[in-house]
Amino acid sequence: MIIDIIISGLINGSVYALLAIGFSLIFGVARIVNIAHTAFYMVASYCIYYATHQMGVHPVLAMLVAIGLVTLIGLICYKLFIDPIREHEAAVLIATIALAIAMQEIMLLIFTGDFLSVPALVTGYLKIFEVKIAYQQLLTFAVALLILAGVWALLKKTRLGLAVRSTAQDREVANLMGMNESRVAMMTMAVSVGLAAFAGAVVVPLSVVHPHMWMHPLIMMMAVVVLGGLGSLKGSFVGAYILGLAESLVVFLIPMGAFLKGSVALSIMILVLLIRPEGLFGVAFEEER
Amino acid sequence: MAIAGFYLRRLYTIFKGEVLVLPSRVVVFLFFLAVLFLPIVTQDPYLLRILILTSIFAILAASWDLLSGFTGQLNFGHALFFGVGAYTSALLNLHARIPPSGSIPLGALAAVLAGLIIGIPCLRLRGTYLALTTLAFPIILMGIVFAIPSITGGELGVSGLDRLSRSRVSDYYITVVLMLGLCTIMWKITDSNTGVIFHAIREDELAVRTAGINTTRYKLLAFSLSGFFAGIAGGLYAHFMRIAGPSTLEVSMSFTVVIWAVFGGIVTIYGPVGAVFILFPVLEFLRFWPEFRMLMFAVVILFILLYMPDGLLPWLRDKIEEECPRCKIRNVATRKTCRVCTAPLD
Repeated sequence: MIIDIIISGLINGSVYALLAIGFSLIFGVARIVNIAHTAFYMVASYCIYYATHQMGVHPVLAMLVAIGLVTLIGLICYKLFIDPIREHEAAVLIATIALAIAMQEIMLLIFTGDFLSVPALVTGYLKIFEVKIAYQQLLTFAVALLILAGVWALLKKTRLGLAVRSTAQDREVANLMGMNESRVAMMTMAVSVGLAAFAGAVVVPLSVVHPHMWMHPLIMMMAVVVLGGLGSLKGSFVGAYILGLAESLVVFLIPMGAFLKGSVALSIMILVLLIRPEGLFGVAFEEER
Repeated sequence: MAIAGFYLRRLYTIFKGEVLVLPSRVVVFLFFLAVLFLPIVTQDPYLLRILILTSIFAILAASWDLLSGFTGQLNFGHALFFGVGAYTSALLNLHARIPPSGSIPLGALAAVLAGLIIGIPCLRLRGTYLALTTLAFPIILMGIVFAIPSITGGELGVSGLDRLSRSRVSDYYITVVLMLGLCTIMWKITDSNTGVIFHAIREDELAVRTAGINTTRYKLLAFSLSGFFAGIAGGLYAHFMRIAGPSTLEVSMSFTVVIWAVFGGIVTIYGPVGAVFILFPVLEFLRFWPEFRMLMFAVVILFILLYMPDGLLPWLRDKIEEECPRCKIRNVATRKTCRVCTAPLD
């Protein structure tokens, strides 16, 4: 029981962390609240399903192709619909909502609303204290951690990461220091959508694929981002695991818990905000006046 | 007789001087006439049903604009007010046997309470934090609704409510007159001193506070006003559909409200109302291709935003009207000089 809770909490937490970091990156750099973020995650899951089932590609190859393809789709959507209206924040918001709905409907048209699934990459399980842990779960968790480490390295150790962090800190000054703000925003969008696609790829063997699968992660991701503090990677990371564990605790321990899992996680977020309005590790953004 | 003639002539002069001079006012006048006299032309129940729902959602979209457009407190959980209004009036009607005329205002008061409850924690947050936090509240309430199905009916909702009135036509008049009245009240609020303060809070909260105005109180006021109007919309919806279900609390409901308001143009009140009157019937008539309906909706919104990011109606208004550079009074675009100060327009 306890191990079940921990395992599912850690896996949910890592997926939320992947999503939340991508979301807070693009928010920090370009001030875009990308509602379509988890829609990209859904599209990636569908791409993997299509490649493995319809075309018979090896799952690992399918995942890599899906991540590339979804990143490309993300960049095209960004260039076509979001970049031209960047200065109108409300319009950007609606554009991303409309994008998410459009993607959901396109997937609904192509694949219908059926619940689909993708086979696990590795089969078999491990037994710890009489509890079965599938190798797939361990693999998902390990890969997610690896990607998170990769993102951390990208942000802290490379020149691109430096540009991203400084643009997030102060857009105007970064621009004055010779960073091409729109190119940085473009690159960040690519990284952010890529992370969403990665999250889709790691989670797809463990979950069902359906056109509305982006809704719940979207809400949890936003809660994680707010809980951890917008623009703080450490915050997103810690917040994701807190909410992931809280969610699985509720599901396993409370009767009717499956209905309440969102409510409890979101209530935790609100309680934290009552004490610390800028989130656990929030950095106050410069007042934009 | 002579006095009546005098007042009629005066009314006509005011009408000519204030309404007929600006095409946008003529459009609003024609809109009032059209919705009020429509049942004389046709009593098709299906058409009336669409227009009733349109009016209800117009109130909802306008109330979002009052809060989020004017004070800039982006609310992503507007479905909370709608749902609280709907569920409260449904439960009061079903268990306490209060007729719709009583249960809808009580539902609206419950929504005001909800606005105060979420307003107090939310007012410490700003901008995107606020938007993302407000998104959480309807979902929390939805979890509670699902968790206690004995009271709320769970997934099926509360059904079997009283009708709004005896016939479809009187339903229509109740909702339409309420819609016109409430939207006018909202527009008047935004035009008053309070409205000016709302504007100022959006533009620069710090400056407003420096001017000695308690911004927290005004933001709470905006939350409760908006909750009141949205609660009325929720109560009307529950009594018209005769069911209050969890669909009133869904995330997509909150998002749809935001889409309507931004599509029509925020900070206008008339924008969201116009947008609902355009988008909702269009979406209804697209039911011939049910599978393409939402897709076309999303694509249309994406493309319209590309060309008019400030919203459709303000864009149209700027096409047919021009602001005088000297006295800031609006004129028809065809005029060469300002109608008040005769400054040349260009």
